[in-house]
Amino acid sequence: MGFFSRLKEGLSKTRKSITERIDQVLVSFGKVDEELFEELEEVLVTADLGVETVMKIMDDTRKKVRERKITDPPEIKELIKETLVGILGEETQKLDIDPSPAVIMVIGVNGVGKTTSIGKIAHALKNQGKKVMLAAADTFRAAAIDQIEVWASRVGVDIISHQEGSDPAAVVYDAIQAARARKADVLICDTAGRLHTKKNLMEELRKVSRIIDREMPGARRENLLVLDATTGQNAVSQAKTFSEVTDITGIVLTKLDGTAKGGIVIAIKSELGLPVKLIGVGEQMDDLQPFNAKEFVEALFS
Amino acid sequence: MAIFEGLSAKLQNTIGRFRGKGRVTEKDVKEMMREIKLALLEADVNYKVVKTFITNVSGRAAGQEVLESLTPGQQVIKIVHEELIDLLGKVPSKPTFSSRPPTIYMMVGLQGSGKTTTSGKLANLLRKQGKNPLLVACDVYRPAAVKQLQVVGNQLGVPVFSLEGSKDPVDIAKKSVEHAVSMMYDLVIIDTAGRLHIDEELMDELENIKNAIHPHEILLVVDSMTGQDAVNVAESFNEKLGIDGIILTKLDGDTRGGAALSVRAVTGKPVKFAAIGEKLNDIEPFYPDRMASRILGMGDVLTLIEKAQEAFDEKKALEMEKKLRTQQFTLEDFLDQMQQLKQMGPLSQVLGMLPGMNSKILSNVEVDEKKLVHLEAIIKSMTPQERRDPSIINGSRRKRIAAGSGTTVQEVNALLKQFEEMKKMMKMMSGIGKKGARGFGKFRLPFQI
Repeated sequence: MGFFSRLKEGLSKTRKSITERIDQVLVSFGKVDEELFEELEEVLVTADLGVETVMKIMDDTRKKVRERKITDPPEIKELIKETLVGILGEETQKLDIDPSPAVIMVIGVNGVGKTTSIGKIAHALKNQGKKVMLAAADTFRAAAIDQIEVWASRVGVDIISHQEGSDPAAVVYDAIQAARARKADVLICDTAGRLHTKKNLMEELRKVSRIIDREMPGARRENLLVLDATTGQNAVSQAKTFSEVTDITGIVLTKLDGTAKGGIVIAIKSELGLPVKLIGVGEQMDDLQPFNAKEFVEALFS
Repeated sequence: MAIFEGLSAKLQNTIGRFRGKGRVTEKDVKEMMREIKLALLEADVNYKVVKTFITNVSGRAAGQEVLESLTPGQQVIKIVHEELIDLLGKVPSKPTFSSRPPTIYMMVGLQGSGKTTTSGKLANLLRKQGKNPLLVACDVYRPAAVKQLQVVGNQLGVPVFSLEGSKDPVDIAKKSVEHAVSMMYDLVIIDTAGRLHIDEELMDELENIKNAIHPHEILLVVDSMTGQDAVNVAESFNEKLGIDGIILTKLDGDTRGGAALSVRAVTGKPVKFAAIGEKLNDIEPFYPDRMASRILGMGDVLTLIEKAQEAFDEKKALEMEKKLRTQQFTLEDFLDQMQQLKQMGPLSQVLGMLPGMNSKILSNVEVDEKKLVHLEAIIKSMTPQERRDPSIINGSRRKRIAAGSGTTVQEVNALLKQFEEMKKMMKMMSGIGKKGARGFGKFRLPFQI
């Protein structure tokens, strides 16, 4: 199955809800008027784009409608698509992990799917012929270490872990030494889920990040923030606060196979400029895909 | 009414534009309703729910009590606040128990909503209320999920039922109930695997568990950070299973938590508990009034007051009041106050509950808990005599205190200066103080944060 069809399959729910409703709106209105804009606004708001972003998009659309003297409602769909792609940027964002060695630190609030995403990333990189290692630095949550160990053996990669309750920075330190000794190409560090409002936990994360910097000064770094597609406006706050303790290099948007529309991606790109690099569209090991804005928007609207 | 800062200011602005006309018109009310609508949408309340809500409130807001009020903005918020509380369920909803034990609770929800942790918290809470709970691990899919519940159970000393090697949640649930009956457990909490509400196969599985064990309550666990999709999730679970209540999790973050309103509105079922932290006793009953304030961005004043009451010793407070009045406030009392403040929890958390203190403001204010520790150390390095009469602290004493507390003379100076300023301020306030702002009102931060 090609990327496009897989993405389409994963997004079918998303696509159906957003486009069917837009089409419905467009058909039911003969001409472009304020009421039409309001209905379109509703569609975008319910996709979790956030009030501010929606206002921006609608203003942009209104302007274009005036400039191009558009009188045909369906054309507006194209316009919105254009605007969305414009915000997201057309370039596909790849993981910056060449040349070796590279360290990927995976962070996020509780329950967004960090560990599962790590399993999927490890699987994908291993298939690309990379030697991957995992660091079980979620030493806080009950059985988190067991969970990632299951993934490690499922994918077939090495893992460094300590006891539950031990210092995550120490785990990462050990993992770095091991990765160096075993000449791993990529080290992926799992971290405990933490609410971005917990100052001490955020400091702990800062420390882990600093240790990677110190021990692997020349290495490629990816700091991936995992976001749950079902999350609403709080995702923006999460992205902002996590950016303060470490430079986020990309976002992994998970759980796009539900009915959640993932519109928060657009809000975050628009407000913070953080690119989405990967999306999770299922529960299988290979249900993680590179994010491509154009295809993403195409799949939403096709 | 300082409580209504953020939104109130916006509303008052809206009206400001129409001032000069002498009175508030219905058009003004419509404008205000738009502000409310935006506020609710920003809080992640579902669009449709917002629309219905606004329609309902508009009538009341356009009524006489608002039009003739001197502060229409605040009147409108008061009405909206009341209506929100109404919708959220007025009074906290209590858990119910079966007349024929064991009472069975079944926890359901999406992946990552916090079912396993919440199951543990619930067992812990209800055990304190005299129940004898059994936790049941029915998540056979996620790696190490069973182990997670076992660890949680272990930490709490609550037994966990699981079937090694079994991949059949229905069977596990059934056997757990039999086990509970024979072992005299009167509460069974079944932790199920997280699943998407559109995954028919797994939703059928939940229905099968339900039909096999007839749970007394099916509790939907919802992440309070959920966005617009919350309605779809709640609706699907409710249609398939007929849920009895909702538990909101991760409320210790800075989400406004509009999902609470959405799920309540589409299911009509009460929110029963709120999970508010990482520790296993961080669960509390759900308070509709507090949630309403939070959704409107008005700060959680009630929780703050409650925390203050918990932490402050009434007798000490009275003594303090007397000392303030008679100008006998010393560094010893200062130390005392600081220790009481610390009991209220991390400063950032306490500040976060203040109205108008959202994450944006808080991220600008560096809340330095260490500063408190330093202040404490400095005072503790003084002799009792010095604490009672700081005027005797000369240069060499300052050096000694700095060395003793591991700080610098500058820091000691700063503290003494602050203390003097505070005393001056209190002198000015002592007149007002006599009128007796009771309870919380007289508590003030004795230093700059």
